[in-house]
Amino acid sequence: MNKDGANLSRRRFLTAATTVVGAVGTAFVGVPFIASMQPSAKAQAAGSAVEVDISKLEVGQRMTVEWRGKPIWIVRRDDAMLADLKTLDVKLRDPASQVAEQQPAYTQNPHRSIKAEYAVLIGICTHLGCSPSYVQKTDTHNLGNDWKGGFFCPCHGSRFDLAGRVFQSVPAPTNLVIPPHKYLSDTKILVGVDQGEA
Amino acid sequence: MRLLLSLLTLLPALVLASGGEQLMHADNNLSDSDSLKRGAKIFVDNCLSCHSASFMRFSRMGQDLGISDKELLSDYMHGNDKVGSPMNTAVDKAAVATFFGVVPPDLSVVARSRGVDWLYTYLLSFYVDNSTNTGMNNLVFKDVGMPHVLWEQQGLQKAVFKTEKDADGNEHPVFEKFEPVNAKGLSQTELDKKAENYQTTVRDLVNFLAYLGEPIKTYRQALGVKILIFLAIFFVFAYLLKKEYWKDI
Amino acid sequence: MSLLTATRDWIDDRFPLTKMWEDHLSKYYAPKNFNFWYYFGSLALLVFVLQIVTGIFLTMNYKPDASLAFASVEYIMRDVDWGWLIRYMHSTGASLFFVVVYLHMFRGLMYGSYRKPRELVWLMGMFIYLALMAEAFMGYLLPWGQMSYWGAQVIISLFGAIPYIGESLALWVRGDFVIADATLNRFFAFHVIMVPFILAALVVMHIIALHEVGSNNPDGIEIKKNKDKNGIPLDGIPFHPYYSVKDIVGVAVFLMVFSAILFFAPEMGGWFLEKDNFIPADPLKTPQHIVPLWYFTPFYAILRAVPDKFLGVVAMGGAIAVLFVLPWLDRSPVKSIRYKSVIFKVALAIFVVSFVVLGWLGTQPATPVFTNLARLFSVLYFAFFLLMPFYSVMGKTKPVPERVTYHAH
Repeated sequence: MNKDGANLSRRRFLTAATTVVGAVGTAFVGVPFIASMQPSAKAQAAGSAVEVDISKLEVGQRMTVEWRGKPIWIVRRDDAMLADLKTLDVKLRDPASQVAEQQPAYTQNPHRSIKAEYAVLIGICTHLGCSPSYVQKTDTHNLGNDWKGGFFCPCHGSRFDLAGRVFQSVPAPTNLVIPPHKYLSDTKILVGVDQGEA
Repeated sequence: MRLLLSLLTLLPALVLASGGEQLMHADNNLSDSDSLKRGAKIFVDNCLSCHSASFMRFSRMGQDLGISDKELLSDYMHGNDKVGSPMNTAVDKAAVATFFGVVPPDLSVVARSRGVDWLYTYLLSFYVDNSTNTGMNNLVFKDVGMPHVLWEQQGLQKAVFKTEKDADGNEHPVFEKFEPVNAKGLSQTELDKKAENYQTTVRDLVNFLAYLGEPIKTYRQALGVKILIFLAIFFVFAYLLKKEYWKDI
Repeated sequence: MSLLTATRDWIDDRFPLTKMWEDHLSKYYAPKNFNFWYYFGSLALLVFVLQIVTGIFLTMNYKPDASLAFASVEYIMRDVDWGWLIRYMHSTGASLFFVVVYLHMFRGLMYGSYRKPRELVWLMGMFIYLALMAEAFMGYLLPWGQMSYWGAQVIISLFGAIPYIGESLALWVRGDFVIADATLNRFFAFHVIMVPFILAALVVMHIIALHEVGSNNPDGIEIKKNKDKNGIPLDGIPFHPYYSVKDIVGVAVFLMVFSAILFFAPEMGGWFLEKDNFIPADPLKTPQHIVPLWYFTPFYAILRAVPDKFLGVVAMGGAIAVLFVLPWLDRSPVKSIRYKSVIFKVALAIFVVSFVVLGWLGTQPATPVFTNLARLFSVLYFAFFLLMPFYSVMGKTKPVPERVTYHAH
């Protein structure tokens, strides 16, 4: 064995070239494996839009439907409740819904909904993913006398008002998320598709 | 050793002797998207009422064959299914089973178990046979429970058998040819035209079944070419690297 | 740079990293005359890793449940992003694993790599082969198609041939009266956990044993007999970089073959994925031709050649068992086929033909002609091993050179 014939620069170049091509190849092989862990066609089909009939929903009532495995709440609010929302602004972290990811642009308004009467929310606490309880003003509760009705998370005590806006000094950082949705008619909501989309 | 050699030369002859029935060639083309679309339509209109293809989603078919969700819902999905739902039957399979004697098999991968040529031949080989429940029999699937769904398009035909003696002197009926039944009033040209149309229909359907068996196939092959080119480049570098290092030895 | 060396030294004080690198790669001296046949060891390791990785990802979506298994495989093929690629890699890898291992074993057979002092290398290799057969057999049940089902049914019924305990043993293995959900579930456990563990351990032992005694070579010469003043074999070269760069070339070629099959013929005309396995398992209906996967067919042909159930199983087991004692059957004064007598060369040729023909016969229906052929070749198969102690010392061997044969290119 002798290394006299070795062309070191050629050797270095070929080593680098083989390594680079090999590494690129390995990375490309890695992509399918990582991608295979994304939601499958089945999960996506199961996660497609859900039609909800809200004709039977009474004032003050909340109904829950499932979309992508998550609870979707629809709450019917009357004028008194909507009026209460305004009074709470000073106690909230983000009263004007300025964190853009928490709702579609068409619900960035004081009542956080397309129609003032109906709130559509994803019922998952923005803290650590528990599903909060619906506590009405008239329910027995220990949330204080000034409780105007809203959502209370039993896991870590986060509170949200009837528009899903988070109170100050609770663990949850942001308002409840509003899913993309649109009205198919006065009594039918399609959850999972943005307003204006087919 | 000589015995060994003579036995080895014998082997191919033995293989040939054990050949099975003759199948026609489907000659289908998976890259013919018009044929696939026609096949898909024939499939959903005629097959999907009894047979499911439950591993396949309508939406996947739509994406692969270039059919919009709107078209899928109006022309391909009989019912108010979501486009993402699997291709299940409209009717209860158990009910169909009591009628035809068997549960119609799922057709998702039928092209992979039967092969396209068999399917093609099968769909062309129904003939009138009054001894069966359906009044039809099939040359490649004896006493099949399935009726000849596409009979109107093919027209009825009967099978003509001739008798042949085997080496032991026993007589066997051997299929000779099909002859059209009740074809009076149709000229030979019209008959040929009809037969040709039906063959195209069946070819389209079988083409779709082949697609259904493995929707990824055309993409797979296209990707394979790129992968092989990439590996060839890798090989060149690796080979030159090896040559360079082995100059030392 | 100093940070790198410092890190290395820090590790070396606590773990023999550099020592292992040197012992197994940069200062492991392999004979310089390795030829084509010496690629298959590293390729077997590559396929093993591929099977483990693809297998892990398949288990993420596969359902080991008799009512869900078949559909879950099609789910992987259609609904999971790139699932088809992972599944085809695994199914193609399974067959190519055997291709590579058979060629690797044949290399050992040709060049006497099983001879003293490498008996344990061979034995551990044989245990790997055995574990691999178990792994493949159990893995093949998982798609829960007709061939999966009936193939397993037939093979497990073989246990029933064992006198006295056979039937209860077969029942115990299945966990039910026929192949059923319980069987599928336990085969899944064995296939994904137990056997891979055993395989990995055996592979490590196989390599440690090999590196302890050093590699054989096509001349069958011990390179350690001729060392320079530093104790390095004169005909040896460091595995790294010389054989690592060479093996990478082998890997590139192998991957091209692998990809050609995977992307253009994943069923390999029914040899890698059988047609009947696209029909869900039906315990009430046996397919017309039950054929084991191609890598088992030689042994299946031997099984069918014997007209007695129990003796057939014995013959089949014996056909594998006899490979274990190979190191003690060969008494030739030389190792490599290059220098062995003509008689030995002819015997090896007959063996290869027998193995291939038996493999082919195992795929064919058992007609009287084929059965007689299978008997003839089974006898030849066994004769190769059982008569080896006698014919290996007969005839004239060629003189073995002092140094390995190598011509620089």
